[in-house]
Amino acid sequence: MYVAVKGGERAIDNAHAWLAEERRGDTAVAELSVAQIREQLKLAVNRVMAEGSLYDADLAALAIKQSRGDLIEAIFLIRAYRTTLPRFGASVPVATDDMACDRRVSATFKDAPGGQVLGPTFDYTHRLLDFKLAAEGKAPQAPEARAETASTPHIMSFLDREGLVQQEDASDATPPDLTREPLELPADRALRLQSLTRGDEGFVLGMAYSTQRGYARNHAFVAELRIGTVPVEMEIPELGFAIEIGDIEVTECETVNQFKGSKTEPPQFTRGYGLVFGMSERKAISMALVDRALRWKELGEDNVGAPAQDEEFVLYHADNIQATGFLEHIKLPHYVDFQSELELIRKLRREAMPTQEAAE
Amino acid sequence: MTEYNFAYLDEQTKRMIRRAILKGLAIPGYQVPFASREMPMPYGWGTGGVQVSAAVLIPDDTFKVIDQGADDTTNAVSIRRFFEKTAGVAVTEATRQATVIQTRHRIPEEALTENQILVYQVPIPEPLRFLEPSEVETRKMHSLEEYGLMHVKLYEDISKHGAIATAYAYPVKVEGRYVMDPSPIPKFDNPKLEMAAIQIFGAGREQRIYALPPYTQVVSLDFDDYPFEASKADHACDVCGAEDSYLDELIVDDKGGRLFMCSDTDFCSSRRREGHVGAQGIPYGEDAA
Repeated sequence: MYVAVKGGERAIDNAHAWLAEERRGDTAVAELSVAQIREQLKLAVNRVMAEGSLYDADLAALAIKQSRGDLIEAIFLIRAYRTTLPRFGASVPVATDDMACDRRVSATFKDAPGGQVLGPTFDYTHRLLDFKLAAEGKAPQAPEARAETASTPHIMSFLDREGLVQQEDASDATPPDLTREPLELPADRALRLQSLTRGDEGFVLGMAYSTQRGYARNHAFVAELRIGTVPVEMEIPELGFAIEIGDIEVTECETVNQFKGSKTEPPQFTRGYGLVFGMSERKAISMALVDRALRWKELGEDNVGAPAQDEEFVLYHADNIQATGFLEHIKLPHYVDFQSELELIRKLRREAMPTQEAAE
Repeated sequence: MTEYNFAYLDEQTKRMIRRAILKGLAIPGYQVPFASREMPMPYGWGTGGVQVSAAVLIPDDTFKVIDQGADDTTNAVSIRRFFEKTAGVAVTEATRQATVIQTRHRIPEEALTENQILVYQVPIPEPLRFLEPSEVETRKMHSLEEYGLMHVKLYEDISKHGAIATAYAYPVKVEGRYVMDPSPIPKFDNPKLEMAAIQIFGAGREQRIYALPPYTQVVSLDFDDYPFEASKADHACDVCGAEDSYLDELIVDDKGGRLFMCSDTDFCSSRRREGHVGAQGIPYGEDAA
């Protein structure tokens, strides 16, 4: 005698209650506050803001707490929240020239106006576990100096002046919005950059790395990598001019790439561009490399069939929220489809077996 | 309910989705791109269907959600609760009482009426996707009505296996024009695609909506000498005795014991209420459930 299985609703409620308990962990250990995550896991917060496409450190920290440190889950929470927010308008483009830089390095010039600033970097640290951090210690203090007051023009602008770098066409056109219109191909550069900046860091890194290893190789020099805060301004129709509405921290990377010239372009350097919320250096450099690889058509280069040159491949697979949702959906019930396959394979085998036996 | 708009999405977004639905109904089987939103459930878990349901639901509706034919599967429960919470609509498990039915992988056994809307969750809307991975190319193939590749694939199946080796998501041609993916329903359900209700297919991640108006001609692709055949397990339901419903196969012991029962849980329990009992079933009202 068989009684049909029921109980989906109760199973869900109990699973979620268990999840909440597990999230808190051992109650003998102090609970993590959102502020602690915001201040002490800042790079995780930055990644969630960048890939969640929402600049709000407190919400990102809350999402990280809620997701138990699963950053893709945290990004998902932020994205789902973001879509419910009304649009007031768009800012004027941020002027990264005026960035208050915490970090600014160039791999192409030993020195340049504004100087090189290492900033709070992991570079040149020896990756040795610091057991002192396991013990609670005093707050470390770094030496301080007066901030540079000199302006920090983009290093690319020096090459620009000599006409050695391919010129970008200025445009006042409103860029397309990936979150409000369906992605349709071919995509222009603005749309590609939009997709890359919110794309999965691991995916964009892997794509960028593949170009370095010869799949559409286009050797990149980091002309400039800068991290700092920029003011965000918005035009208020009633006022008739732009006012500052806040500051955001961004990472910007410009690469200068070898280029021999083509049928349509004289020999010159070309560029790749990356701009990411927060301190997200690996992502910004990766983005610049992938941006450059995707520009083969406009620069009159050959398509060598490399994955990083294929805009459909890159744009359709860069989004980790789309990817993880679809990947994980295969754990949902598929009884019906599996059953139909089962029937089919039994039928095909029934028909194939007698033939085989006869052949033997 | 003050936190979210009726059925979660804001009115502008619903309008955008309704425009896509109307276009889909005007061009049956054509995949209309739409600006799919990020929903509070994962892509691949029914976000397309949920957005379509959100756009068509009105406060008077009675809503039903099934996954694999069952109302009690976890994801169906989750989606039903979502709309109970955000739209406050009445919900039901009875196919006949529902005005909007969201489904994953099945068409209810009971014939639907002109007063109903069937909303499908679609993972990959493009029937040509596994023959041609590029969206740019497949859209071109649809506009040129270039479906040779699909027929070659079906032909190769026959030459290799002696039959068309597609058991679910079996491609159909709509009104003699567009080749369409009916979503991963078993091919047993394909004949039901010609029905009185409006059918709307939503693919959230892939940003596509397509539709079948009532009584649209929907033909499963086949060859004259290898005609389409809607197949199911060669059994009757062990619980309600139905011989014409699609069956789930359950493993009931560790000796390979099998049991078959209707995948459409409302159909099965309605039959039991009417007094039908299958080979291993218990008369209605005598079990704990």
